[in-house]
Amino acid sequence: MTQQRQIRVELPQHLRNLAQVKGEVALTVEGAVTQRSVLDALEARYPMLCGTIRDHDTQQRRPFLRFFACEEDLSHESPDAPLPEAIATAAEPLLIIGAIAGG
Amino acid sequence: MSKVRVLVGTRKGAFVLTSDGKRKDWQVSGPHFAGWEMYHVKGSPVDPNRIYASQCSGWFGQVIQRSNDGGQTWEPVGNKFAYEGVPGTHQWYDGTAHPWEFKRVWHLEPSLTDPDTVYAGIEDAAIFRTTDGGQNWNELAGLREHGSGPRWQPGAGGMCLHTIILDPSDPQRMFIAISAAGAFRTDDGGKTWKPINQGLRSQYIPDPNAEVGHCVHHVAMHPSRPGTLYMQKHWDVMRSDNAGDLWHEVSGNLPTDFGFVIDVHAHEPETIYVVPIKSDSEHFPLDGKLQVFRSRTGGNEWEPLTKGLPQSDCYVNVLRDAMAVDSLDKCGVYFGTTGGQVYASPDAGDTWAPIVRDLPAVLSVEVQTLP
Repeated sequence: MTQQRQIRVELPQHLRNLAQVKGEVALTVEGAVTQRSVLDALEARYPMLCGTIRDHDTQQRRPFLRFFACEEDLSHESPDAPLPEAIATAAEPLLIIGAIAGG
Repeated sequence: MSKVRVLVGTRKGAFVLTSDGKRKDWQVSGPHFAGWEMYHVKGSPVDPNRIYASQCSGWFGQVIQRSNDGGQTWEPVGNKFAYEGVPGTHQWYDGTAHPWEFKRVWHLEPSLTDPDTVYAGIEDAAIFRTTDGGQNWNELAGLREHGSGPRWQPGAGGMCLHTIILDPSDPQRMFIAISAAGAFRTDDGGKTWKPINQGLRSQYIPDPNAEVGHCVHHVAMHPSRPGTLYMQKHWDVMRSDNAGDLWHEVSGNLPTDFGFVIDVHAHEPETIYVVPIKSDSEHFPLDGKLQVFRSRTGGNEWEPLTKGLPQSDCYVNVLRDAMAVDSLDKCGVYFGTTGGQVYASPDAGDTWAPIVRDLPAVLSVEVQTLP
């Protein structure tokens, strides 16, 4: 039986508004907790976010977004690499951050 | 009494401005989608409460929003714009080949007959259509595959398809314009397209009379005369009386014929409006005086309209989709500036007053005339 994990994601303000959520998002992830599985679960729950964090087809992270967790920048990790245990246990949220680019 | 609803897209959100038929007192709603670039907001001609909006951001990409209640509430719909097949390359600014990449939706043109059908003009230039209210978008690839695509190039704003005109007398006929490729027409509902740029002359391309490569800024048509088109090109105001097969210049006595907007009076198909801009390197009005020019003769003979507009120290621009007309009597004319003003004239341009003065830079203005 595939393990289910409750995890936490913090979205940037514009995406919170788009998804009409306040504060953190709690998600259920099946199997390994990776960037890909978290984003799959996020987009399944909030389909309006499809294409706003990663490309529809290539699934590449949009260039002005970063993924932080546990005080580490995970943006350039493999999307299939396990996220830190603190994310998988919901002790810490995965932070999706808009790059500081002004304007 | 009739009402008007002005839909304003800005660099940092959308605004809905409403008034009664006098068009003197206005209510301002917004910002909607605060902080996002709103390239275009336009309502369906057959269901004015159905409004579509292009919302985009350098961080989060493209979103399309739809309202079913005249802009009071919105819901995001489909935002996937995938080119058909392998899109190939167009010219980059330096003339080298550059791959086609989706960047944003510049213009949304709802169908004249079906509120669920909308055409989208995008950057890098292509036209898409939805027939399910925006959930799914499919490219009309015959335009991009016309064969001249490798010779298209971006203007300063990007390689955008910014103008879509639907012919009310012929559902198979559409006109589009691209910076910097030129104008194109389809006579078979978008399957095949032909460039309609004969008569245009552009000194900034190697062959000034080339079939494609012209930086067309905007095209306008009066629905009662779908064969007559008016164009504000980079430089030159142009006119065609045969659906774009041949153009001739009607800049006449304009003080400068550079500009972005052009529009047609709602009831007088020979009355047209432009906002002359000093030059392609100085995107602001001549001498700091914001002037709309009106021709009642379909071009060539122009009069400045200045009453109520700033006549000193004004250095704003008026972008290509930022002028519109209502269909009241008298015809209302509206335009927005990069300085955040939206000006309205309730008397066909004779007098002007700002509806709002301090919005973010205005990208687009559309008007709905409501019962």
